[in-house]
Amino acid sequence: MAGDTVLRLDGVRKSYGVGTPVETEVLHGVDLGLKRGEFCALMGPSGSGKSTLLNVIGLLDRPTAGHIYIDDKDTSGLDEEELTHLRGHAIGFVFQYHYLISAFSALENVMMPMMLERGRADLAMTERASALLDQVGLLPWQDNRATNMSGGQQQRVAIARALALNPSLVLADEPTGNLDTKSASGVFDLMRQVNAKQGTTILMVTHNHDLAARCDRIVELVDGRIVAQAAA
Amino acid sequence: MNKLLPIEWVAALRFLNEGRMQTLFIVGGVAIGVGVIVFMSALLEGMQANIFRRVLTSQPHIVISRPKDVARPLRLPRDGEVIVANVQKRSQIVASVDQWRKVREMMRRRADISAVSPTASGPGFAIRGDASASISLIGIDPEQYIKIVPLPDKLVAGAFRLTTTDIIVGTQLADDLGVRLGDKLRVATATGASDTLTIVGIFDLGSKGVNQRNVYVELATAQNLLNLVGGVSSIDVTVIDPFQAEVVAQQIGNETGLLAESWIKTNNQFFLGLNAQKFSSYLIRVFVGLSVAAGIASVLVVSVVQRSKEIGILRAMGGSRGQILRVFLIQGAVVGLVGSLLGSALGSLLLAAWRLAARNPDGTPMFVITMNYGLFFWAAVLATLTGLIAAVTPAVRAARLDPVAAIRG
Repeated sequence: MAGDTVLRLDGVRKSYGVGTPVETEVLHGVDLGLKRGEFCALMGPSGSGKSTLLNVIGLLDRPTAGHIYIDDKDTSGLDEEELTHLRGHAIGFVFQYHYLISAFSALENVMMPMMLERGRADLAMTERASALLDQVGLLPWQDNRATNMSGGQQQRVAIARALALNPSLVLADEPTGNLDTKSASGVFDLMRQVNAKQGTTILMVTHNHDLAARCDRIVELVDGRIVAQAAA
Repeated sequence: MNKLLPIEWVAALRFLNEGRMQTLFIVGGVAIGVGVIVFMSALLEGMQANIFRRVLTSQPHIVISRPKDVARPLRLPRDGEVIVANVQKRSQIVASVDQWRKVREMMRRRADISAVSPTASGPGFAIRGDASASISLIGIDPEQYIKIVPLPDKLVAGAFRLTTTDIIVGTQLADDLGVRLGDKLRVATATGASDTLTIVGIFDLGSKGVNQRNVYVELATAQNLLNLVGGVSSIDVTVIDPFQAEVVAQQIGNETGLLAESWIKTNNQFFLGLNAQKFSSYLIRVFVGLSVAAGIASVLVVSVVQRSKEIGILRAMGGSRGQILRVFLIQGAVVGLVGSLLGSALGSLLLAAWRLAARNPDGTPMFVITMNYGLFFWAAVLATLTGLIAAVTPAVRAARLDPVAAIRG
């Protein structure tokens, strides 16, 4: 049985240019915990370290100090291969830009994390990807290439892709940043719906106060330190 | 989505398909490179085989003869002594190989020798009325000699039938002396002996000098004319592997104490030319291969740069470095393989065009070019490997991309 806490950060620090005269610490001992099914907004001014924090939580980058626990598993001792495996399984990513792979259709893009994990496509993957596209309202567009879809549709496909392996944590880096108000609201509603129905924990970086207000909690990061945390 | 192929293959093929124009250009480049290699290799092979056949079918691979006569000083210098003497070189006379039958049997027993034929040869004159020409009189054992020089195949007139009163001459000598089949020709040698023989055949060995100089008679006839009764001036040998002739000749020389000269030694310039041609052909192949590899590598390097964000997102989604590496290695190998198949087809077309164009005035092919299917196979294997090796650097670069930096661009 998985524990109640999906993500826990203990004194996470991140520095760039370690050992050089220009060593810069971007994160100064961040402590944070996210419960299963929580939808948390991460806010802060530009340059406050939000993206760095997200990269470190997403195991795309290693912290200089501190510990990151995902599903109660300490990630600090994991090697490159184990990190890649855990990242593929436990974490889904949604970026500001969709980053769909243009050589593949919407359906194939959603299948991609499953194919990377299992090596090749199979019927179960196709069914799972179709169901996810149905969930985000894009089943009729499943054979379309990303280049033939609108920005909102592309971001919906990216959300479906992030959910492909049913991760316990989805990290979203300004997922609505490139969208108009209507599309942004639609994408946010979709994420809220996924969060509610599947209990997926979501940590979303946003500059949009209206959207942040619709989250369960708002965490504010300034100069690499969490300065405020409050229920929305 | 293909359910049989692993994801690396699917991604590699999709990436190649998406960058269609780039892929077409690089596959075209590989095809031209492979086409040139296939065409050039087949052409050179055919040309060399033709020259080789012409040279080696008109002479023995090894000629065994008695060692040269040398002048030996009567007194050798002692320590600190210098003898001022003018030692003249001895003139060489036609003489028999000692115990030639025993030597012939030794040669027949060797596994690396395919044919042995004794020969009595020496200089002479062919006289027809007022006209005369210097000749190289060659007395042969017809049955054995044709295993070394296929004279019957070289006849342009008459039949290969040699009795003690018959002679076979070359086309040039027949022209010079104005003789035809059935004509009588007087042959005289420096020993003072002469004989009148009937022309039963006229040959063309593909060389004007040989067609002018060589005449063939029965062994006993030559022995009488050259004062070599019961003896032979040389033993001609054909070896299984012509390129081992020099090695075999040295072994024979050491075993018998006789002079054994291989075709490689006596045709040194030809052999060097043949080797130089082979070497230059290898060099051209290597450089074409290198330029093909550089082309594939440069296109894949550009592809890695273009796809860095996609590589980053694949890594973020759990794609391993190994999977990314394989995606680009497969692209290199596929470009090499497809390019080589098209190149083989192009090479075949060029060869077919060459066959049509390169003809003698009488319409016969200038030389035979055989379609070596092994060449196509090896071209495909080597081009695929070249593509694979060329893809290593860009593939490693892609696999080492930091996902954060790649996504951030």
